[in-house]
Amino acid sequence: MIRIEARDSASSFMKLGIPVLSACVALLLAAIPLMFAGAPVGASYVQMFMGVFGSKFAFSEMLTRATPLIFTGLAAALAFRAKLWNIGAEGQLYLGALAAAAIGTGVLDISGLLLIPVIILCGCAAGAFGMAVPAALKIRFGADEVVTTLLLNFIILIFLQYMLEGPLKDPMGLGWPQTAPILDQGMLPPLMERMRIHYGFVIALICAAVAQFMLLRSVWGFKLRAVGENRNAAGHAGIPVNRSLLTAAAISGALAGLAGVSEVAGLKGYLTADLSPGFGYTGIVVAMLAGLSPGGVVVSALFIASVFVGADSMSRAMGVSSYLADLVVATALLCVLVGGFVARYKIVRVRRQLERR
Amino acid sequence: MHSDKILALKGLSKTFGTIAANCDVDLDLHRGEILALLGENGAGKTTLMNMLFGHYMPDAGQIEVADANQRFLPLTLGHPQAAIAAGIGMVHQHFTLAENLDAVDNIMLGAERLTLLPRKRAAAEKKIRAIMAESGLTAPLDVAVGKLTVGERQRVEILKALYRDVKILVLDEPTAVLTPQEADTLFENIRAMAQNGLSVIFISHKLREVLAFSHRITVLRHGKNAGEIKTDQADEQQIARLMVGAETPSHTRETQANGPAILRFKGVSVKGRARRDSLQNVDLTVFSGEILGIAGVSGNGQTALAGVISGMLSVESGEVLIEDQPLLDITPAAMISRGVGRIPEDRHRDGIVGSMSVAENMVIEQLDDPTIQQNGLLRRDAIRDYAETLSLEYDVRGPGAQASARLLSGGNIQKLILARVFDRSPKLILANQPTRGLDMGAASEVARRLLEARGRGAGIVLISEDLDEILKLSDRILVVHDGAFSTAKTRDRAQLGLMMAGQAA
Repeated sequence: MIRIEARDSASSFMKLGIPVLSACVALLLAAIPLMFAGAPVGASYVQMFMGVFGSKFAFSEMLTRATPLIFTGLAAALAFRAKLWNIGAEGQLYLGALAAAAIGTGVLDISGLLLIPVIILCGCAAGAFGMAVPAALKIRFGADEVVTTLLLNFIILIFLQYMLEGPLKDPMGLGWPQTAPILDQGMLPPLMERMRIHYGFVIALICAAVAQFMLLRSVWGFKLRAVGENRNAAGHAGIPVNRSLLTAAAISGALAGLAGVSEVAGLKGYLTADLSPGFGYTGIVVAMLAGLSPGGVVVSALFIASVFVGADSMSRAMGVSSYLADLVVATALLCVLVGGFVARYKIVRVRRQLERR
Repeated sequence: MHSDKILALKGLSKTFGTIAANCDVDLDLHRGEILALLGENGAGKTTLMNMLFGHYMPDAGQIEVADANQRFLPLTLGHPQAAIAAGIGMVHQHFTLAENLDAVDNIMLGAERLTLLPRKRAAAEKKIRAIMAESGLTAPLDVAVGKLTVGERQRVEILKALYRDVKILVLDEPTAVLTPQEADTLFENIRAMAQNGLSVIFISHKLREVLAFSHRITVLRHGKNAGEIKTDQADEQQIARLMVGAETPSHTRETQANGPAILRFKGVSVKGRARRDSLQNVDLTVFSGEILGIAGVSGNGQTALAGVISGMLSVESGEVLIEDQPLLDITPAAMISRGVGRIPEDRHRDGIVGSMSVAENMVIEQLDDPTIQQNGLLRRDAIRDYAETLSLEYDVRGPGAQASARLLSGGNIQKLILARVFDRSPKLILANQPTRGLDMGAASEVARRLLEARGRGAGIVLISEDLDEILKLSDRILVVHDGAFSTAKTRDRAQLGLMMAGQAA
């Protein structure tokens, strides 16, 4: 018979080692479907590794892919810290992207020094609005935000398609449902020549650092943590629970909106309905892997982006399906969740006392 | 009459983590005997009984139960079914009844096979009625248990055990939720059942009922057997000494003249979900330098009163005044800023944020204070120093000020809350069940702090289900029943008990 007991405290080795170990276990488990796909496992992993670290370009591609994941990961982490289950980062991302496209494609023809901040602020505001509404509905009517944010994703996507076919359609786009390109001076400048990596990555890192600092060091972060961990006690102690929830919601939405801004005004240059291959949802995985720590979000976003980019490169070279990347990410999440359980509890073997006689 | 031994616990030990809840405990029980298991909170009473009933697996030791031929057989440990089969029944402190089913269904549940329930109901009801007639324990049988009073629910729990033909009945703090009258009736019934051969172990920490109703008293202290006394040879001081290991400190208190009114309720009404969570047109005044005791069975409006004073509940009508200033907006923050200290009833739910540190929990009510924050940023060194000073002053023991508050024991969590409340020298203190679940040492610390604040001129509202605590600490007593308060003109337990039951005294 086994029994599960809570550990008294987790050592720092366990806090750091277990996520890393879980990631390794995930890669090991992913070898099984690889073998089924008929690929040589060793060579595949080498290819995967080279696809991320093999060249400067490969590495910059990974960082490019990690950028929106950092934003959406932060969005999920901050909301989840307040026990506000924001499943709508995907929709908020598109709201941010829409705002960027609406402002950046020629409505305002001003210098980049002004235009870029305006685009960023409008994207944040749109994303914040997209999360503040479900949060307000939750506070006012008790509407479950899991349901409202999730369903809003689809509503926003349909609204986006309408905008792409209608008001925001590019007249020069040969009929494709896409917006006109963002003005050159409105684009986030690239970080390196001939690479796709852009200043969005820097903004993402700054956001993560600020979020980490504010969460642990500021009164605002204190209140948010207290509300998230024990809403009753926080309220009893005089912390304005609803206001904390609303600001957390708005900031979460704004971060998701930034992901959209960064993709449109940093990478693609124009908005289409397939801007995000599920960055909003992957952000949840990123946040969970990071244990809802903003600093950890950067690390886990880099890890997941590496898996995606590496697996893409591997599937091209080995001729196996790129869905393997999704599979690796999914196994990584499961492994980390199990790892988190192991960090918190220990499994004890107890000998069953046999009845004498 | 207690010649036949029926149960023997031999060398039972159980540790949780590093804490030895029970250490080599022996216990005997005779046929027809009522044994009181006495001890402070955390002395290991419930753990011991849970091992007897198979909820916990002992680390060492064994349990033997006599069969009909007086042969002792070892009990399979760690299996409630084995305990039930051996004739052991347990009534837990927190009832285990399905509220949407009636008493008959609740009693049959688990005792009969589910598929047979409809057909056997008539027979079962007959058997239950026979048990009720014999034991004197009566409860409505065809009403959903959720609609019964607490006392009735408890009787259903006991009937459930009796229905399974128990020989040994274990009651975990049976009177915690009863009025004194209900408690006396319960014990009279138990006495009658014991005369018919039932053996009873009841857990309690109320000395009065232990002395009045048991045959023998076993005292546990720190998980060990601290002593055993025949009840007719015992007295309160002696038992208390066994429980705490030393003479209990008694509080000296001087009567003092009341100061001005600190808190005034004028026709305050609160509408709760149920009538018992409401206040109806309540007028009350708390003066500076007094402890106002609120006595009553839980669920009669104490929650609503505490809710208003702590700022969690808004009033429907009426006025709340603090130092003759009416409160326009009743919120926790408003109460805190007006100098109200609140000790919540459920300290885990409302008192602390378990995953945050002890230090953070100490400053959580004063985040706007410039010693705590500067420009919206926490002053971490100042907070740590403050928490360390406070921990020393209020004797909060645990893994340190930076450790999660969750890691503290119940008594230390309460001390943390005391530190937070008393350090700000509040003018009004709401102490809602401040000693519930605490051991004598911590409880006595709470009482000392309350009396100290009273001496300094604070007004204190003490809500407690423990009548002895109310009698010991209060200058004035109000009895609450069904959302209405009446002044107790007497300190007689029986009279107060009648008032608590809603009968005018």
